[in-house]
Amino acid sequence: MTVTEEPQAASGTDTAPQKEIGQARRRKEDARLITGRTTWTDNMVLPGMLHMAVLRSPVAHGRITALDVTAAKEAPNVVAVYTGRDLAEEQGSIPCAWPVTPDMVNPGHPSIAVDQVNHVGEAVAIVIGRSRSAAADALELIDVDYEPLPVVLDMEEAIAEGAPLVHDSTESNRSYHFVFDAGEAGTGSDTEQAFADAEVVVSRRFVQQRLIPAFMEPRSVVVQPQGDNYTMWSATQIPHILRVMAAMVTGIPEHKLRVVAPDVGGGFGGKLQVNPEEILALLVARRLGKPIKWTETRSESLMTAHHGRDQIQYVDVAADREGNVKGLRVRLLADMGAYLRLITPGVPALGAFMFPGIYKFGAYRFECDGIFTNKVPTDAYRGAGRPEATFAVERIMDELAVELGMDPLELRRKNWINADEFPFTTVAGLAYDSGDYETATQEALRLLGYDELREEQRRRRESNDPVQLGIGFSTFTEMCGLAPSRVLGSLSFGAGGWEHASIRMLPTGKVEVVTGSTPHGQGHETAWSQLVADSLGVPFEDVEVLHGDTAIASRGLDTYGSRSLVVGGSAVVKAADKVIAKARKIAAHLLEASEDDLEFSGGKFSVRGTPGASLGIQEIALAIFAAHDYPEGIEPSIDAEATFDPENFSFPHGTHICAMEVDTETGFVKIRKYACVDDVGTIVNPLIVEGQVHGGLAQGIAQALYEEAVYDADGNLTTGTFVDYLLPSAADLPHFDTGNTVHEAPGNPIGAKGVGEAGCIASTPAVVNAALDAVRHLGVADIRMPLTPERVWRAVHAGGDGGDRAPDRTNAQAVDSAQAPAAGSQGGVQ
Amino acid sequence: MIPAPFAYARPTTVDEALQAIADGGEDVKILAGGQSLIPVMRLRLAAPETVVDLDRVDELRGVREDGDALVIGAMTTHADVLHDPLIGQYAPLIAQATETVADRQVRRRGTFGGALAHADPAGDLPSVALALDAEFVIAGPNGRRTVPAADFFVDYLTTALEEGELLVEIRVPKLAGQWGMRYEKFNRVAQAWSIVAVAAAVRREDGHIAEARIGLTNMGPTPLRARATEAALAGAEASAEAIAAAARSAAEGTSPSSDLNGQADYREHLAQVLTRRAVSAAAGL
Amino acid sequence: MTSINVRVDGASYSDDVEPRTLLVHYLREQLGKVGTVVGCDTSNCGACTVHLDGQAVKSCTVLAVQADGREVTTIEGLAGGGAPDAALHPVQKAFHEMHGLQCGFCTPGMIMASIDLLNENPSPSETEIREGIEGNLCRCTGYQNIVRAVQQAAGELSGSAGGQA
Repeated sequence: MTVTEEPQAASGTDTAPQKEIGQARRRKEDARLITGRTTWTDNMVLPGMLHMAVLRSPVAHGRITALDVTAAKEAPNVVAVYTGRDLAEEQGSIPCAWPVTPDMVNPGHPSIAVDQVNHVGEAVAIVIGRSRSAAADALELIDVDYEPLPVVLDMEEAIAEGAPLVHDSTESNRSYHFVFDAGEAGTGSDTEQAFADAEVVVSRRFVQQRLIPAFMEPRSVVVQPQGDNYTMWSATQIPHILRVMAAMVTGIPEHKLRVVAPDVGGGFGGKLQVNPEEILALLVARRLGKPIKWTETRSESLMTAHHGRDQIQYVDVAADREGNVKGLRVRLLADMGAYLRLITPGVPALGAFMFPGIYKFGAYRFECDGIFTNKVPTDAYRGAGRPEATFAVERIMDELAVELGMDPLELRRKNWINADEFPFTTVAGLAYDSGDYETATQEALRLLGYDELREEQRRRRESNDPVQLGIGFSTFTEMCGLAPSRVLGSLSFGAGGWEHASIRMLPTGKVEVVTGSTPHGQGHETAWSQLVADSLGVPFEDVEVLHGDTAIASRGLDTYGSRSLVVGGSAVVKAADKVIAKARKIAAHLLEASEDDLEFSGGKFSVRGTPGASLGIQEIALAIFAAHDYPEGIEPSIDAEATFDPENFSFPHGTHICAMEVDTETGFVKIRKYACVDDVGTIVNPLIVEGQVHGGLAQGIAQALYEEAVYDADGNLTTGTFVDYLLPSAADLPHFDTGNTVHEAPGNPIGAKGVGEAGCIASTPAVVNAALDAVRHLGVADIRMPLTPERVWRAVHAGGDGGDRAPDRTNAQAVDSAQAPAAGSQGGVQ
Repeated sequence: MIPAPFAYARPTTVDEALQAIADGGEDVKILAGGQSLIPVMRLRLAAPETVVDLDRVDELRGVREDGDALVIGAMTTHADVLHDPLIGQYAPLIAQATETVADRQVRRRGTFGGALAHADPAGDLPSVALALDAEFVIAGPNGRRTVPAADFFVDYLTTALEEGELLVEIRVPKLAGQWGMRYEKFNRVAQAWSIVAVAAAVRREDGHIAEARIGLTNMGPTPLRARATEAALAGAEASAEAIAAAARSAAEGTSPSSDLNGQADYREHLAQVLTRRAVSAAAGL
Repeated sequence: MTSINVRVDGASYSDDVEPRTLLVHYLREQLGKVGTVVGCDTSNCGACTVHLDGQAVKSCTVLAVQADGREVTTIEGLAGGGAPDAALHPVQKAFHEMHGLQCGFCTPGMIMASIDLLNENPSPSETEIREGIEGNLCRCTGYQNIVRAVQQAAGELSGSAGGQA
């Protein structure tokens, strides 16, 4: 086990072969990013390029009764104006790749509204101008009349009898009802029986508020038409998927469409999408034969780029009095928003398998309703389904501990999978690969300084200090490395989960690695170079990693779900193995030795027992480029490619502990200390791993404390700028104490488990559990996220949960402020 | 986004500025530091016909003494206010509050006068000006007039400035005696506007509070004084108990709004807690 | 249109701009200084931070006409005028060394704000660093390595005679 608090630099100067994997290599990507020599999509300028601006609906639900674009068309420097009617025949529907049930209702998703708008921000007209400002100015000249329709915002109201419909074409606002029952699946016992037999049942309702991914680079797309070929540059996580989908939507043949993701400024799932504006830019470029650029403003981004989370979770746990958990029952309401985008319905389904967490439940049943409302669609956001599941189980374990009067950590220990039980098949049917929850926990307790903080907590309680201290745990795991293609197929996902790589050995011995995984901040260029340097025995500096362009990286399934290293990196390693295998034949030929007598080490083939007889793989690259002398019957190339399809997910795990100060007078909460130990399998670059954990923590903590997309009663996004949608700054976040244990993943050649989402998944419940631990003795049972000072103050002041236990009727209100003490309140402040 | 087109004037003197405002047509906006105005124009929530930019009116910058008052030029940036020795000596409350305004870059451009003329009740400086009984010197076509802070803030985003007028300087009385000051700001993240904040200046004499001045941020459509608390503190013992008792009336006469960050009753509660804390700190407790 | 003369990253430019043109759009679209980026429209994110007469400002909240007669330094002007092989500014180097960036979109603004902080306070505490960059949002790093980078740069700068922008 190792603990990485201060990663050390690789010296990089030693001549002796040095293992690259495990070195804290400084990133290759940085050189351009720290000097401003970047290629963000919005930087692109092409001759004759026109700019697209989008007129967006100010109403959440309405029929378009009149739309007059005459004045806009005549405005100076406006080239064209289009409405939904103009594009209705050719726009198709934004695709949904995840029909989670056979009878899932998908009403279709036009890129631009034709007759009806279903959320604020939906496109109703587009202006094409010679400049960004000309297009923006002309938007103000367009007149639209809307006949308002009843606005559907609250999920529980939306599926009540007689509720107004978001879509006229559907029978209800329910898109699907998805069920996983372990009893029926044969992975667990009968859930109803487990609950009937239980000595203790604890039931809670948790709200996963709506979040906005809020990547720093706004979305941007440029489409260049050349004859019947099109090149699309887009700030996307998924150039490969986007190409397939855009071709299918527009009818442009796939081989006539090239998609490029240049430098991309963050995604977090938010750029795992086929955007209406990408389709519109393509359609307009086809019509006008001119390059088209669209770059969103931040306000447009917050209003129209897909959101995440937004679930109501009813969670029941069954246990005996000794604290052995028996059964878990989850009923989920998931807000789809107005439409189904790329994987909108699949996000809660992906989470379905993670609700049991690391615990040995005997029985489990999961049900989920996907519900339409007049809001922007939800879709992937860092963790996508798994943070919601982890939150629910880690919160309910604390609630059970309170009910039983047990220490929350002891309850976890009693029920988690022990290190000697791996691989372990859970009640949800997943085979957890490896890990050791106890060791990670011990290390996290040490990093936190647990005993001292518990002592301080006791002192503050005894002295009735206005600032109380709490400690919260999250002992989590997640499913990463998305994903085994056959498993995805069994879940009705529209694509596989493999990844592709190829390696090109250049004549001078330099190496080009082409990956189908598309980075947007993760550091692939550095980590992949480390993988290849070790595999081929070439210098780190001699490797160039190419990505993000369908003309260069012909096959790929892109970056999301903590899959890049686990799946994409494994493809690179497999491709390198093939390069070595091909080079071995050439080496044997040139060294006049038998292949079986060759050893490959440190980039060289040596003949066993013949000192001095050796040939480097970089020399072989030159030899085979010349191709003057190579064996009969093989091709003159040592380039190779590989596609890796994992047989299982990987399961990173960790223990996160948060110590939280709560000012009971104001409700202000402040993280006192945060310690976590993650097991992400093999660590290729500790610097990158640590950075991923830090960033994930920031987002998970932000869900707990700061962020929420709030709609008013009319369906307007109240948090439509960064003034109101609160991203934490450096001044708002604590120092993180991080560490690692390493248990290699057996399912891939690297042994990596994935790290992109870990911090984000683990931290949210740790933070909320900590806040509750600080004020539970004051009668507080729950506080709805984000833990605004007002909510915390009301919870402390009124007891119970601060008035948020009542059914969530106030989703559309600016603030949930029901003030009646909740049922089950244990009394107020002393 | 990009602001809608506008005509632009860049005067270099107050007289030129007044002329530019007079010539600017129906809808003139005065651009001071621009840190509130430009975002609002980018969002096209404001689309003025003319923008009169005071950036080059040098006579409006700087802090000077004038007898018993400090005179702060309206175009003095927050960054300059922060580092000004006179402010540090005679009105540290202004420096304390200014330090909490937005962030480093915004404080480089944003101005003292601009923030006051914008009169956002969630802004930090209006309540400070009110607590210190500042006076506002306004230039107009007919000369200059001086308006006390109590009359300057009229309503939400509305001041005593009439059309064609310009805020040129703010006079802050130098406080005599032993004053302690504290700006207690409460917000959710560092950059955010105040949910509530309290500006307190306290003069102590012989273990008692001789005089307290308390300005409240975001407790109504304008900045307010906590008059009841001030009255209760006058002559009171400088003790935690006395201050706590006086602070309970801090929200009297306020009319805070309810929004995303807090309902009115929560703001009233915060006003009491923050007043207690600010006065205690200002009183050296 | 208004005529302006601006020095940007050491070179003089003379241009006609619409008064409504934001400095950041002038830099990006008229001068091709695309190293400086736009991340929001409310002056919150700080991605567009440049130095105006040596002080950090958010170039999305300054009009291009306001830069008339003034000197602007962007991220592209830091490393010895931007030549490809020029030495990095100590703050740039520290961001690289300490892994103070991931996607890199906030990085130019973050670096320009950090330099401004260090110009004013050459040896800031961790709290002073965190507060000093509160006007710059990063969604990737959780800020910890950015803080480390500023600390490292502070050490290097205080050990050397100058080299600040």
